[in-house]
Amino acid sequence: MVKDQEFLEKKASYCISLAKKLGATESSVIVNNSVSETVNFRNKKLDESNRSDDLGISITTYIGKKKSSISSSNLLDDNLNILIEKCVETTKNTPEDEFNSLPDKDLLAREVKDLNLYDDTHIENDQKIDYLKKLESAASNDKKIINTESSFTQNKSNFILANTEGFCAGYKTSSFTASSVTVAKDEKSMERDYEYSNKCFFKDLEDSEELGTQAADQTIRKLSPKKIGSEKIAIIFDKRIAKGILNTFASAISSSAISRGTSFLKDKVNQKIFSNSINVLDKPDILKGLGSRNFDREGVKTDTLKLVEQGVLKHYLVDTYNGKKLNLKSNGRYGGTSNLYFENGKISFKDLLNSKSKSLYITETIGHGTNIVTGDYSVGATGFLVENGEFKYPINEITIAGNFRDLFQHITLANDLEFKYATNSPTMMIEGMVVAGK
Amino acid sequence: MNNFFEKSDISRSEAENIVSDTLNKCDDGELYLENTKSETLLLDDNKIKNSSYNSDLGFGFRAISDEVVAYSHSNEISKNSLRQSSENLKSTLKSVKGTYNHEIPKSNKKYYENINPIEQKSLNEKIKILNEVNNYLRSKDDKIKQVTANFLGEQKSVEIIRSGGESLTDVRPLIRFNVSVMLEKNGRKESGVYGVGGRQSYDFYLKDDNWKSVCDEALRIASVNLESKPAPAGEMKVVLGPGWPAILIHEAIGHGLEGDFNRKKTSAFHNLMGQKVASEGVTIVDDGTIDNRRGSLTIDDEGTPTEKTVLIENGILKNFMQDRLNARLMKTRSTGSGRRENYRHIVLPRMRNTMMLSGNRTQDEMIKAVDKGIFAVSFGGGQVDITSGKFVFNCTEAYEIVNGKIGSPIKGATLIGDGPSSLKEVSMVGNDMMMDPGIGTCGKAGQGVPVGVAQPSILINKMTVGGTKL
Repeated sequence: MVKDQEFLEKKASYCISLAKKLGATESSVIVNNSVSETVNFRNKKLDESNRSDDLGISITTYIGKKKSSISSSNLLDDNLNILIEKCVETTKNTPEDEFNSLPDKDLLAREVKDLNLYDDTHIENDQKIDYLKKLESAASNDKKIINTESSFTQNKSNFILANTEGFCAGYKTSSFTASSVTVAKDEKSMERDYEYSNKCFFKDLEDSEELGTQAADQTIRKLSPKKIGSEKIAIIFDKRIAKGILNTFASAISSSAISRGTSFLKDKVNQKIFSNSINVLDKPDILKGLGSRNFDREGVKTDTLKLVEQGVLKHYLVDTYNGKKLNLKSNGRYGGTSNLYFENGKISFKDLLNSKSKSLYITETIGHGTNIVTGDYSVGATGFLVENGEFKYPINEITIAGNFRDLFQHITLANDLEFKYATNSPTMMIEGMVVAGK
Repeated sequence: MNNFFEKSDISRSEAENIVSDTLNKCDDGELYLENTKSETLLLDDNKIKNSSYNSDLGFGFRAISDEVVAYSHSNEISKNSLRQSSENLKSTLKSVKGTYNHEIPKSNKKYYENINPIEQKSLNEKIKILNEVNNYLRSKDDKIKQVTANFLGEQKSVEIIRSGGESLTDVRPLIRFNVSVMLEKNGRKESGVYGVGGRQSYDFYLKDDNWKSVCDEALRIASVNLESKPAPAGEMKVVLGPGWPAILIHEAIGHGLEGDFNRKKTSAFHNLMGQKVASEGVTIVDDGTIDNRRGSLTIDDEGTPTEKTVLIENGILKNFMQDRLNARLMKTRSTGSGRRENYRHIVLPRMRNTMMLSGNRTQDEMIKAVDKGIFAVSFGGGQVDITSGKFVFNCTEAYEIVNGKIGSPIKGATLIGDGPSSLKEVSMVGNDMMMDPGIGTCGKAGQGVPVGVAQPSILINKMTVGGTKL
């Protein structure tokens, strides 16, 4: 069982008062507990079961404009005494930084709305096994599938955030995750692909057989890939890849990257950075949303932001420290975005595929080829050649490259947005990228 | 050594009894206890941005029956929590009928000292160096717009208690010192990163103002990139410099030779044992026994002493890297490669220091042999799809080669290749093997572990370079 609010609050207030006694002028504490149970299957048999019970505490102490922090998984009072003493001692010896402070009191969240983020349902391991049996049976229907691995995880978490401004709040969240990874083989090749489903509520989780079938289909269609020549070509990003591009955008408008001057989007507020039709929202109050929250990791109230309107950048993602540096108020984005998404485009998925006589449909990228400082992008990719709206054959061992400054101006979105992750995008086409192959 | 039971309501012998009772008739398993103390000190934007300390304590209890692994972990080393874990394991492995394998090799060799690097240098001394780094770099070049420098230090104490009460322990120091700079010239920004580290005290890496050479290297890489032009796109010859570019070996070959993927036959290498997978003259080892290296371990996280494992000898595939579970199922022995990020994670076969050994050619010969290609000196990281065998790695410093001569620097680009075939394209192996500077972390199944790589300069006949210039 995940620890209750009372236990977490007691630990938090113990730390706050001890820090004060030892000389901290301000402090903040986060106490969290997370209990997960996972069952893994492989080739229709039980492979692994894993239970984890994680407690954690992190404390930040201030003495005027000096700041330091500690974290620990050992919540015994003895240990906390030693650590808080060490923290206050380190704070004294850390140089001042004029921008260090707790959030402004009037920005703190005053109410905690129930966003429907906790499902009390407990799924016993036998039920997980039952789900995975059905999933794996569906996944291994086709003889070309030679290996299946699948997993079911139930997670229940609880936390409390408290500070010396009198803020003290937290709430339970739950998540249920099922995934299926399959390997398919033919004479020429061996390929792997996956599908997964992650929901706050068990009853919203994807049907097991549907999930297994999708994973298998997505793997089999990758068999016998070809390598293509190098050329400039329109790229269509599958939704699971398109969301990554949105995450790159979010990192580039984080107030820390902006205040440090290490983002290609610095000084771009009120400028057109995307094509005209593009709107980007960050909406924290979606019921059962995977990124939903009432406040950020500093306790600042998180409201909906329209980050991009008709292609124009409207806001950075601001936290307290970097906000003070940039002379901006925190908009509750310490730790990043909540439910971030591109609004739907105007054309259907089918029309998007049809819009060019030849394009590449990308289902997976590998490598860490994103540079936020310059906007340069170069990653390995796997996908399909699309001609006149039809998938012709799978391709791999290619790279795709460009610069986001330019790529953002050439985005076309389909109208097939769904909320499957915390960050979501409709299918996305970008023109003007270079493919390197043969 | 850490006494994990000192402040607990459970004695060592009680814990041993629970372990033995739980693992009775299991094939293998252990109680893994861990206490990690770590610190981060970060200077950024002219200020000390972060000074933090972490103390992490917990256990992971594992029982294995045939192919099935049951695992349970918690932060609370207590009677209650250990009993609950034991119940979890028993309920997963409903009917066990194995024989516990008590055999575990022993060694007296140690590859690092029992020190706590965090306490060997005072906070004020560390802050002083970070400020000196900032002042040194900013006074050196007025194009510098941002300097970030950080210290990461840790001491990890582990104990492995096996059925029957056998106990194996290790204390592992680890440090890292990193510098990154960003330059700006005529509105163009580029960055450079460099670092050093390993399993010794901070002072060992920073003595005689050695931090200046780390700063100089980060600045040099950023300066080169400021002059870089778009990278070419397409297949061409690639010369890799010695040291850190061995990320290629790690991605192209290393992951595919880990025991788990081969037992499951999901690695592109699973049916290639004894066959030629690299050019003649290519020998690759994975070595956990080099003194004080980032990837070295006295014992792995199952208690097996580490070793130097020959993976590829003169082009022929010789061995996979094994932990106890995969070794047993593949009827071979553990190579001391069983590792985990921490007590929250299960053991997987992982790399330690993966190295291609020297040949007899020179880097000059390689450059001269290339009409059109690239010379890659520094890398940011890589990734592999072990099933299709396709791997990538990202250049952070590279140059074009035109008619046997090194030309202009080119922008960072991703290189992509095919693991089982790429090392057959190695046509020259240099005589200049070098270890990386000690900053690598390898990720697998959500677990990061410190690793090392090494290689001499090599010439690869054909790789795809992911630039933008057609």
